[in-house]
Amino acid sequence: MRRERTTLLAGVILAVLLVGGPFLPQWAMFIVTIAFAQGLVALGLMLLLRAGLVSFGQALYYCLGAYAAGALGRFVGVADIFLQMVAGALAAGATAFVLGFLLAKYRGIFFGLLSLALSMILYGLLVKNEALGSTDGFNILPSTLFGIRPGPDKLRYVVMASAAIVSFVLALVVNRYLRTPLGRLAPAIKDNEIRVEYMGASARYAVHVKYVIAAVLAGVGGALAATTVGHIDPDMAFWTTSGEFIFITILAGTGNVIAPFAGALIYGAIRTTAYDLSPNTWQLSLGTALLLIIVFLPEGLWSLFKRHARNP
Amino acid sequence: MPVILDARGLCKTFGAVTAAAEVSAAIEKDSVVGLIGTNGAGKTTFINMITGYIKPDKGAIEYEGRDITSLPPRDITRLGICRSFQIPQLYPSLTVHENMMVGLGIVLRNARRAGFFHRREGDVPGYGKPAHEVADHLLERFGLADYSNRNAQVLPGGARKLLDIALTMVAKPRILLLDEPTSGVSAQEKFGIMQMVLDAVRAEGATVLFVEHDMEVVSRFAQRVLAFYDGRIIADAPPQAALADENVRRYVSGGHASQESH
Repeated sequence: MRRERTTLLAGVILAVLLVGGPFLPQWAMFIVTIAFAQGLVALGLMLLLRAGLVSFGQALYYCLGAYAAGALGRFVGVADIFLQMVAGALAAGATAFVLGFLLAKYRGIFFGLLSLALSMILYGLLVKNEALGSTDGFNILPSTLFGIRPGPDKLRYVVMASAAIVSFVLALVVNRYLRTPLGRLAPAIKDNEIRVEYMGASARYAVHVKYVIAAVLAGVGGALAATTVGHIDPDMAFWTTSGEFIFITILAGTGNVIAPFAGALIYGAIRTTAYDLSPNTWQLSLGTALLLIIVFLPEGLWSLFKRHARNP
Repeated sequence: MPVILDARGLCKTFGAVTAAAEVSAAIEKDSVVGLIGTNGAGKTTFINMITGYIKPDKGAIEYEGRDITSLPPRDITRLGICRSFQIPQLYPSLTVHENMMVGLGIVLRNARRAGFFHRREGDVPGYGKPAHEVADHLLERFGLADYSNRNAQVLPGGARKLLDIALTMVAKPRILLLDEPTSGVSAQEKFGIMQMVLDAVRAEGATVLFVEHDMEVVSRFAQRVLAFYDGRIIADAPPQAALADENVRRYVSGGHASQESH
């Protein structure tokens, strides 16, 4: 899909959500907002996946973003939803910038397991930290918007609309990034790093940049999730949370920046439905769904929308 | 002709193996130099040292008066020394055209003519044209235009070789190092490929060093021959003189003949 069409489609989705949002039931707004939060993380994973890197530890940045947003309220008393997202982005981005020097050296299973290990370190630290509520975590102050505290009936809509706007902007930023020479380098890094170096580019630098962008997206997603749910705990950094993000990314495919959000929404729907129908075996339904996707749509759900194969 | 590349006293050992022993050569601008020698004689080590893949234990490499001995491959590429590979190094999941566009993107980025904050991509340095046009121009020149939309993975052997070399041309190299450009290519195709490569390279203006085992190809295309044996240069002369040299006949062309026979 061309860039202009992606922008147009994203714009239409945003407009529909902003206009139609107030008419959605509260539970639907909740699911949509969480889909934006998780979609942002998956969008970052998509960047890494295009370069052949699978991070099993994106929950690290999701959780950092959530705790940064939470800490802003708990220790500074600020609960502005946009500042929460900025705090999440900064905390995750700064951490990824530092850890990136280490991780950008690794590829394949080493990259995956190292990222997982780092997320479990954060989990361990949070569990031991009494000031941050240990295993129980803590509650987040209700969000404000530019100093205004929305009424309880409006709050869900305000959070969802903010999530939609921020996701729209970030998706377009990523879409533009994918068209830059550095963004276009991803499949080349996946294919042949030697050639990349011998053409005058640093694969390690490119991976580092992608890693930081992915972390910033996950940090914003974490902050959004925190303020949507109203509560955070160390489980947000647990490896199964990272697994969910990989699930969404594979479900969505890496073909388009809207795909991760669609993937997150579908994931939420499958999970909710499966849980509703059979509370004891919902993982079985999720697993089956993933299996079917991998077998029949190896490039993800988005490949359904591609009208022409690249090489007819 | 002025010297563009000057290698002085390069030494490299890998354990007990001496891959380069006091290798010195001054390469003149716009010349075409053939590197010959049996396998393990030190030709590829020489290329690897020039392109920064391995660092010599001793000695220095100067490019246009600048010491490049300790630079990594990407910096040497940015200075204008590019190489092709004995086994083509392509991006197999991308089409031929996309392969070129990745390379051109790197060139544009290094020249700060494209990036997130650029409204539109600038022209490719050295070509003065947008990247798409340069890709088409080079593919045309290397006879790959018909393969443009094919995946690099499914190209025939000769086309893979040509694409590998075409990829090096995106950066408009001043020096081009070709590691066995005709290996794995049928005997009939060899001359055609070399002719096409050298025509293309001359049209873009570059000094060429190529590794070659086929003495006919060497004598037809090289202006100067460096014969390697046991990590040393045993002959440095125009092709006729070099191939007639007694040591070269004994250690290189003779060795080559026996090597071909098994």
